[in-house]
Amino acid sequence: MASAREMRLRMRSVRNIAQVTRALQAVSASRVRKAEALVRATRPYADKAWQVLRHLSRQPARDYLHPLLTQRQQVNKILVVLVTGDRGLAGAYYTNVLRFAMDHFSEAAAPVSYVVVGRKGRDLLARQRVDIHAEFSHLPPEPTYADTSAIGRVAIEEYLEGRADQVFLVYTDFINLLRQEPTMKKLLPLEFEEDAQEGLPTGLAAHQRRGPEPAYIYEPSADELISAIVPRLTALQVYEAVLESLASEHAARMVAMRNATENAKELAIALQMEYNKARQQAITSEMLDIAGGAEALRQALGQGA
Amino acid sequence: MPIRCEVVTQDKMLYEGPADIVVAPGVEGEMGILPNHAPLLTQLDYGILRVRYQGEEQVFTIAGGFMEVRPEVVTVLADVGERVDEIDEARAEEARRRAEELLKEGPPPDTDEYLAIEASLRRSRLRLDAVRRYRRRKRQRPAPKPREES
Repeated sequence: MASAREMRLRMRSVRNIAQVTRALQAVSASRVRKAEALVRATRPYADKAWQVLRHLSRQPARDYLHPLLTQRQQVNKILVVLVTGDRGLAGAYYTNVLRFAMDHFSEAAAPVSYVVVGRKGRDLLARQRVDIHAEFSHLPPEPTYADTSAIGRVAIEEYLEGRADQVFLVYTDFINLLRQEPTMKKLLPLEFEEDAQEGLPTGLAAHQRRGPEPAYIYEPSADELISAIVPRLTALQVYEAVLESLASEHAARMVAMRNATENAKELAIALQMEYNKARQQAITSEMLDIAGGAEALRQALGQGA
Repeated sequence: MPIRCEVVTQDKMLYEGPADIVVAPGVEGEMGILPNHAPLLTQLDYGILRVRYQGEEQVFTIAGGFMEVRPEVVTVLADVGERVDEIDEARAEEARRRAEELLKEGPPPDTDEYLAIEASLRRSRLRLDAVRRYRRRKRQRPAPKPREES
């Protein structure tokens, strides 16, 4: 058994860890709330934007309207935008989203390359030996649309220049504090047919209608307008994914840290018990030594007399 | 039969409700949308968006965005926008002054920084302009209808 001094040191370090994890938990809890508020604030805009995109994708003869609306017959290359975070200590958050992406794309029919958001995701992906096309790290703690628009721009560029025929977005959907689910959305080409319904934000399914839309009047020209609108709204989806992932990351970290705090507390109690026992034992044996010594002395004196 | 009008910016819902007419700053000129308008998709310029319903007019500043018109609903997706009543005039004035100063110091044109400052200057000018035109009109009417640039 370890000495009492060693045990005291160990107990102190466990208590310190508990304090640190509790602080991290509190920080994450407040960050979750902020991130959630951000998500909620952008939702009306994002929902409306989706609606416009839906209508646009149902325009008659959409394949001839604009390259961004054209379905490509053959898929030679897939681009995946994977949204993660920069910091660790978030439990299974990173493994979950990464495993989700790997499950979907490691055996895809076409070569896959990745655009990864977040340092942690990059490190993990690099270990998987996949092709990382671009990396965006160190987003501010409360990212704005402008901070993330470059990500969407890369996706659009790759698509338009033919270096990718399909673009997917993989991120973690924030459902509530205890549930975050890795999710996949098809970014490009735009697709809002029946099968795409599950990828829609809530409330939009109600707007579902069959048949082609009446043709729009475009001002300025259709080409110019779609070139402006689709990239923006694509970037917006990336922005929303970043916000959702951010909320998920903080929630995952909060839960992980709460578990860590509880474990540390349990450990501290177990150590305390063991320490008390050891201390009691030491006292008992010391008492025995003294009693034994005294007895021996008494006997020795009695014999001498 | 009024048309439904929804005005959203990236961080909130500005207006949602019925309208008799929506006047929006399209890139190719100002346009008024009445109920049962043909489907239309347009880009919006910096300017003033007015939503009139039963004689009441609500005024917003819009700094770019898109508008989708369908026979029964107008959706305005504004990049930046706010109610004219909620504009902080002192802040806009301060922003304009700062942007003008920064522009004079002159970061090289066509850089992101230059464009950002320029955009901020346009926004604050637009806000000040809107405040001057529309707040005054509220207090001391009837003032002449302001001329719109197109």
